Amino acid sequence: MLNTRLLVVLILSVALLVTDYKTDKLQPLRSALAYVVYPVQLLVNLPEDIYRFFNTSMMSYRKLKVENETLKRQQLINDVKLLKLAALEKENIRLRALLENSFKIGEQVLIAELLSVKLVPYEHLILVNKGSHFSVHAKQPVLDAHGVVGQVIRALPNESEIMLITDPDHAIPVQVNRNGLRTIAIGSGRMNRLNLPFLPNNADIQPGDLLVTSGLGGVFPQGYPVAVVDKFSVQPNKPFALIHATPTAKLDKIREVLIVWSHSTPVALTDEKPAMLKQDANDDK
Amino acid sequence: MTNNSAPLPYIFTLILAMAARIAPLPPILADINPDWVLLVLIYWSLATPEHTGVFSAWIIGLLVDVLTGRLLGQNALIYAVVCYFVVRLHKRIRHYPVPQQSVFVFFCLLLAYLLTYWLETLQGKSALSLHFWWPVFSGALFWPGVFILLRIIRIRG
Repeated sequence: MLNTRLLVVLILSVALLVTDYKTDKLQPLRSALAYVVYPVQLLVNLPEDIYRFFNTSMMSYRKLKVENETLKRQQLINDVKLLKLAALEKENIRLRALLENSFKIGEQVLIAELLSVKLVPYEHLILVNKGSHFSVHAKQPVLDAHGVVGQVIRALPNESEIMLITDPDHAIPVQVNRNGLRTIAIGSGRMNRLNLPFLPNNADIQPGDLLVTSGLGGVFPQGYPVAVVDKFSVQPNKPFALIHATPTAKLDKIREVLIVWSHSTPVALTDEKPAMLKQDANDDK
Repeated sequence: MTNNSAPLPYIFTLILAMAARIAPLPPILADINPDWVLLVLIYWSLATPEHTGVFSAWIIGLLVDVLTGRLLGQNALIYAVVCYFVVRLHKRIRHYPVPQQSVFVFFCLLLAYLLTYWLETLQGKSALSLHFWWPVFSGALFWPGVFILLRIIRIRG
């Protein structure tokens, strides 16, 4: 009795594992089960929510006023910068038109909040509170205000799993902002470090160099900051140099992230469409 | 034992265990955070093997797979195998003193983490660090606490 049950269950498990690994046919089943476990995730997130609620509602009037003023000033500065950006963007499109080069522009973003859960200790996965109900899908880039955070690896109905760029199984194509040198940055398993294992000892790279996404690979749009090189040491007896970089995104402190839809079709060269920015409705916190 | 008496504490403790499994702990504690769901399943398989067995462990495993973002079937397979051994041996294990049960639980967890290690590396995950194995030890150390707490819940509930 017990033996046959085990046998049935083993066969079922192996069938599920293989199907889930090779195809995405089990997505409906996973979505259905996700509804069952969603309350557990909310339960774990509850203390954090309560803390934040009290933190914001107990703030003094004076503190709020100060914060409001700094934010307004920040907004003004950002607006001025954006004015310049629009002009630069036009110029860039014109110059690229001269080179007969297509240009991808116009990205849609959605703000998602982190659920404070730790899925497995040996992987850098985070969970955010927007899922396929908001048409989030796998392989979307995720950013924060300072740089690239990671990519969506699985979208469930109410939440999605995001792999951080520091996960040991994550690789992101980057280029050095100073000279356009392209390479790949691989996660180290530590929150504050990326490895660049594929550059030769004579590569033109130095501490302080900003690494931006190169746009190769098709997941991350071009030009977002990823990391800053902080260590470059030559390994005389090995083919590649030892290079470490620190992610610019505050990976261990983020509360909110931006999920990006980059339009896969390049816009026409002369088209003057403004960059679409979709602000999420519930960013009132 | 009546049919109605088992499910409620069973479900309640498992929900708590799932919550503890994904609790956002500081890095050092997160490394030793054991598989609470498996510990609770081991307890219920020892205490009420006629209600809880291989099949329910499998279902719980599927839920944990979704909860922790694993391939569907990974934890299901592991929980089912471990609970099979527990149900098989429950008559003997139940009479062991608690420290000796901890040793048994240690081997259960070791089996579970070996299977996890195997399944994760089959998926092409890069080498897992030694931290991966700490929950095996911490889980065995936490067993007396889990055992006493769940026994209180079972008798009261």
